[in-house]
Amino acid sequence: MFAHFLYFLGRYCFKAVNHAGRLFMLFFDTLYWMVTPPYERKNISDQMVKIGIKSLPVVLITGAFTGMVLVVQTYYQFRRLSVESGIGAVVGFSMTRELGPVLTALILAGRVGAAITAELGTMKVTEQIDALESLAVSPIKYLVVPRFIACMTLLPILTVFSDFMGIIGGYFVGVKMMGVHGAFFLNNLKFVNPSDIINGLIKASVFGMIIAIVSCYRGFITTGGAEGVGRSTTISVVASCMLILVSDFFLSVALF
Amino acid sequence: MIKIRKVTKFFDKKKVLDNLNLNIAHGETFVIIGRSGCGKSVLLKHIMGILKPDSGEISIDGRNIGKISEKDLNGIRLRFGMLFQSAALFDSLTVGENVAFGLAKHKKISEEELRRVVKEKLSLVGLESIEDLMPSELSGGMKKRVALARAIAMNPEVILYDEPTTGVDPIMADAINNLILDLHSKLSVTAVAVTHDISSAYKIADRIGMLYQGRIIEIGTPKEIEKTNNPVVHQFINGSAYGPIAGHT
Repeated sequence: MFAHFLYFLGRYCFKAVNHAGRLFMLFFDTLYWMVTPPYERKNISDQMVKIGIKSLPVVLITGAFTGMVLVVQTYYQFRRLSVESGIGAVVGFSMTRELGPVLTALILAGRVGAAITAELGTMKVTEQIDALESLAVSPIKYLVVPRFIACMTLLPILTVFSDFMGIIGGYFVGVKMMGVHGAFFLNNLKFVNPSDIINGLIKASVFGMIIAIVSCYRGFITTGGAEGVGRSTTISVVASCMLILVSDFFLSVALF
Repeated sequence: MIKIRKVTKFFDKKKVLDNLNLNIAHGETFVIIGRSGCGKSVLLKHIMGILKPDSGEISIDGRNIGKISEKDLNGIRLRFGMLFQSAALFDSLTVGENVAFGLAKHKKISEEELRRVVKEKLSLVGLESIEDLMPSELSGGMKKRVALARAIAMNPEVILYDEPTTGVDPIMADAINNLILDLHSKLSVTAVAVTHDISSAYKIADRIGMLYQGRIIEIGTPKEIEKTNNPVVHQFINGSAYGPIAGHT
């Protein structure tokens, strides 16, 4: 019984290390192909539209409601201490440093990461990725690099929108519904430093890389037809979300 | 031209290729026959460098493709064309873009020239005016023919056919066989085809090899294969459910 437990634990650890190693190899290969001409300009712009512009509505709505609920929750706690005027700073800090980047990344992991894995997984099981190789085109350059660049650059931009909408939503609820003085709310936002915003955007960019690499990797190792694509997509979203939250802790320690 | 030496390949614990040896000469059409799942497609993907052997080596014109850089391997791949079993057309591209894909990536030619080549290759496989359709709008047989047009778009020296006639009607199957023969006679293209279709194999092959349990167990001209005394090959070419290969894959 104990031997069985050790066997399965060892096998699980071996698989985890194997996946981690291959993820890093894909990451470094992607960096190599990213700086190697010719560049896939059309492919990159197509991915930017898919990943960025089409995600904007959901990011805006989520950002706004996150700011709104944040004010509702903090207002009642702050009122007990008679420091309601500090809500502006809480919303500003929370959105720019934490909630904006993390929630935007989690939304994109679900929306974009799942789509990437499903698309690449389907290409894998229908031999389209083999066909790319047979035509002397690197699947990493053609498929991964555009998605990597789009996720890495657009996640910070989407985060800016999320931060902005969160603060607007928070202002609306705090000032119009809870009766916080508008000038106090805005004045307290000044406590948010440019470094808070920039570090939040750096986190967002790292989260974008995680989503792209994990999703593409899972797509590339998909086997087993439609069922395999479904399984890979689920694993991809779960793994991306976990890695986002784990790396968020380490990035927060390192950056702030 | 293509030399395969002691190639072994495992998928998990299953040995798919077992110390396989094979020589394919320049300009010949070699057909590999064998049961489903016996490793025929795996062998083609090894020749293309898409899969790497666990041991052994594959040489193209004397160069071991397992020991050359990705850039050099791509240089060799540009001399090859491959027709995949599932056609493997790129879903997100039109038929025209699929056929032109390799040319657009590797040759500096004008849009007009690209369109001309696409039209020419599509008409070679019996298709016309479908350049703007998406692969999802095509029947299985049409997909196969578009994939064949893509495989020959760059005028390759070697063409690998993975089940070229599977999924097409008998008339189109014969047309594809004729096209393979045409490419062979006019351009001296070297061809390696894997198929279940014995009549197709007899028609196009200079030599036929039977893959069984990871090895090429018999090689010969179509006439030699037809008259073989090997019970495994005999059972396979006669399509009998009874014989030494019943129950094996």
